Amino acid sequence: MKSILKRTSNKLGKVSKVLAVATLAAGISMANAADTIKVGVLHSLSGTMAISETTLKDTVLMMIEEQNKKGGLLGKQLEPVVVDPASNWPLFAEKTRELLSQEEVDVIFGCWTSVSRKSVLPVIEELNGLMFYPVQYEGEESSKNVFYTGAAPNQQAIPAVDYLLEEVGAKRFVLAGTDYVYPRTTNKILVSYLKSKGIAEEDIMVNYTPFGHSDWQTIVSDVKKFGSKGKKTAVVSTVNGDANVPFYKELANQGISSEDIPVVAFSVGEEELSGFDAKPLVGHLAAWNYFMSADSEENEKFITQWHAYTKDENRVTNDPMEATYIGFKMWAQAVEKAGSEDVDKVRSAMYGIKVPNLTGGTAVMNTNHHLSKPVLIGEIQEDGQFDIVWQTEGEVVGDAWTDFLPESKVLISDWTAPISCGNFNTVTKSCGGPALASEE
Amino acid sequence: MREYVKRIVLLSCFSLLAVFSYAEGDTHSEINETLNNTLPAMTQALIKASYKEKADIIDSIAAIEDPNKLLILQSLLDNKLYYQKKNKTEGNNHKRILLVDMSLVKSGKPNAMLDAFDQQEVTGLSKRAVKRIGVNNALRRNLRSHLSLLKITHPDASTRIAAAQNLLKDSSAIDLKFIEKTLKKEKNPQVIDILKTTRGLMLLKSEQATIRLLALEELDGSLYPEVRIELNKFISAFDEDSKKQRSDELKLAEKTLADIETLMTYNGYAENLYFGLALGAVLLLAAIGLAITFGVMGVINMAHGEMIMLGAYTTYVVQMLMPESIGASLLVSIPAAFLVSGLVGILIERSVIRHLYGRPLETLLATFGISLILQQAVRSIFGPLNREVITPDWLAGTFMVNPGLSLTYNRLYIIIFSLVVLAVLALVLKRTLFGLQMRAVTMNRPMASSMGIRTGWVDALTFGLGSGIAGIAGVALSQLTNVGPNLGQAYIIDSFMVVVFGGVGNLWGTLVGAMSLGVANKFMEPVAGAVLAKIFILVFIILFIQKRPRGLFALKGRAVDNG
Repeated sequence: MKSILKRTSNKLGKVSKVLAVATLAAGISMANAADTIKVGVLHSLSGTMAISETTLKDTVLMMIEEQNKKGGLLGKQLEPVVVDPASNWPLFAEKTRELLSQEEVDVIFGCWTSVSRKSVLPVIEELNGLMFYPVQYEGEESSKNVFYTGAAPNQQAIPAVDYLLEEVGAKRFVLAGTDYVYPRTTNKILVSYLKSKGIAEEDIMVNYTPFGHSDWQTIVSDVKKFGSKGKKTAVVSTVNGDANVPFYKELANQGISSEDIPVVAFSVGEEELSGFDAKPLVGHLAAWNYFMSADSEENEKFITQWHAYTKDENRVTNDPMEATYIGFKMWAQAVEKAGSEDVDKVRSAMYGIKVPNLTGGTAVMNTNHHLSKPVLIGEIQEDGQFDIVWQTEGEVVGDAWTDFLPESKVLISDWTAPISCGNFNTVTKSCGGPALASEE
Repeated sequence: MREYVKRIVLLSCFSLLAVFSYAEGDTHSEINETLNNTLPAMTQALIKASYKEKADIIDSIAAIEDPNKLLILQSLLDNKLYYQKKNKTEGNNHKRILLVDMSLVKSGKPNAMLDAFDQQEVTGLSKRAVKRIGVNNALRRNLRSHLSLLKITHPDASTRIAAAQNLLKDSSAIDLKFIEKTLKKEKNPQVIDILKTTRGLMLLKSEQATIRLLALEELDGSLYPEVRIELNKFISAFDEDSKKQRSDELKLAEKTLADIETLMTYNGYAENLYFGLALGAVLLLAAIGLAITFGVMGVINMAHGEMIMLGAYTTYVVQMLMPESIGASLLVSIPAAFLVSGLVGILIERSVIRHLYGRPLETLLATFGISLILQQAVRSIFGPLNREVITPDWLAGTFMVNPGLSLTYNRLYIIIFSLVVLAVLALVLKRTLFGLQMRAVTMNRPMASSMGIRTGWVDALTFGLGSGIAGIAGVALSQLTNVGPNLGQAYIIDSFMVVVFGGVGNLWGTLVGAMSLGVANKFMEPVAGAVLAKIFILVFIILFIQKRPRGLFALKGRAVDNG
């Protein structure tokens, strides 16, 4: 009897303990939910991509700090949750799951490479998260749960080629890229665009190199030969990351100057240039939606804030940083507008939100989850900055599905009723489109 | 219409400036007034002008007579022409034009800012108080051709050669008589050759068929790329009618082009061979160190790449310490990098590897761990961004064999450097006591030990030697590629490939292996592309190893069996 009593009381004790823990836990999570809005930061802090992505992590943290100083959002403080996916693509998916199901963040700012984004997609769609992706990419995608604040091909590649055709007068094109999905898709689009502009097949040379390629002798010499056929030649470079430095060095060493054969790059920005001696690059071009040298009040403010935050006068700003800035500002506005940090409410509030660009004008979020923003062409200067030599008139609407590939020409993306679909086929009038791109 | 409006705006600009300068003229001397109406006034107009307007202004500056115009145009081309943002104290819109050397401004040296017209030093201005007058590619080209016309009579021969090359590139603006006149005065054979080619290209555009035919003959065998460009243009300009009427011309042009292309094919082979040797030299440098640690000692050192990286970072640090003399800093970094990487190597050997001799799998994992630690350590100390290592001037540029074939200096130096390193290493191994001890220990450890050799220390020093040479390779690679935490990763596979292919434990094997892989890669690349070429090489090595497991030059005897 005694023992039974003891046992029951023991049991009771256990139950009450469990209950207590449960209520405590609930209390904490409720308190958390009441006090803070969690912001996930999913950028690689180690591994090969750390070079580019750490800057974006710092940008998000800086924006959060600024927002908190203003009193946070909806009266709550923002709480950053930083994880390190370590440039490891499958780890991006795992970390996303961790952020959404364990940390229960309300929004994620993250990813750089397309393959990391593709690995995040299924998780974020399954758990109905919200992510802002701040890097220029190959397009052919529109997820309900992702807002793309970097450039789609028609906001970077196409205007850059227009500039080469019209202002530089180029008649022959070398499309040089690193061998992975972004350059391959972009070049596919560009080849079909160039052909539509009357450039003959033999006047286009496409070349791919492995990641981190460092021996450019043969390719540069081929470009030189290709350029001596009597027509103005230009190089469109989707060469990624580290491979750029030896590429430009070899160009300079073999005596190819920007006046003879200009190179327009889509992956070379201020940050990349701060890593090396820019003298041999002077006059080569880059196409972005933002340059640090842009003359505007917002930009001046942003740069000062960045320098103060990093405590380093020499840190540069770049395009993906602006995209992060715009994405963050838009999200903050949408949260205020929706009066809630709930993913679905914020998403509906996002459409039509306007944020001033750092280069002047305003960026608008469209219903295809892409931005409208201006496109700039800059010439590289000796100090690693860009001199803006050309700019689109007004903003360019980001196009999720390019009009220059037959299979995606018929697709549009619109996440508002009645379409509510990321790949709506305008011919068959059905959602789903051909099963390509998003699985690619 | 728009052009017309611009002209008017420009004209009124000039006249406005003239009015202002006239108002000033009361106090200034007569000479000053005429100056204000010419070069300074036009330079003022550059500040506000668009790129298209700037082109017109530059043309008119080139047309006037002023001893200063060369300096102004050259500074504009070199991005050194600035203006002071805020100085309107003189009661007009004139901004002060300055010649600014930003690198001097940043390091706080004297004579960083000069007045553009009297060359007096201007002090007390921060770098934010001045703004550069920008130029774009089209303007740069324009400036260069104007400057070339001015410089073609320069007393220095190399300046004249550069000027002549620019004239060849852009011959549209030149007067034929000017070329003839310069040719008469010129003594330097290279300048004469370039100018004659330029003349040939200009005559090709002549109205008279006979002159065109003469020009084509003159151009035969000329390897300048511009000649091919112009000939291609010339041939493609023929339509159906002119093909019939001027068939002799077309035939001659096609033959001339074909002749040049044949010569260029031979050039192409020579170029490929050079590229291959250059790639081989890089592979050799990266692999020599491994040939010792892996080849001689049998340690599978996955941290080898990081030793190269440490060498590259040492170059960066040395360059930071002596920013005055970039060229000398590179020479200093060679021993510095050897010491840094060598010491780190000895440390690794003493602390980790010596406990793992004879356990290849554990060594592999341990050194792989070390490589990650080193990478992250460098990332924490120097940051994840690539570091800037400046290339000294004597490493840039090309050595011209003939007009169609130029060898880049940096690769040439690296080929020589890699061979010197190999030779020194061979000497150390063959002729020094340490080399003797090292060979003795690797051949038969117990015997060497019983002869009184401290085998433990020989191991440590051998590992240090291999690592130190990897560090030297890092110095060379810092001139070719990025200095970043991932530098070593790019070379580790290639290094193992070379050592395994060449034959483990044999320095000559490493040399032959590196060079043949380099040349094979470069001859395959134009046909198969960079990605496929690399795959082919790897497949080839796999097959080769099946046939000859010990590589090209296998060591024979007990050493191999004892491993």
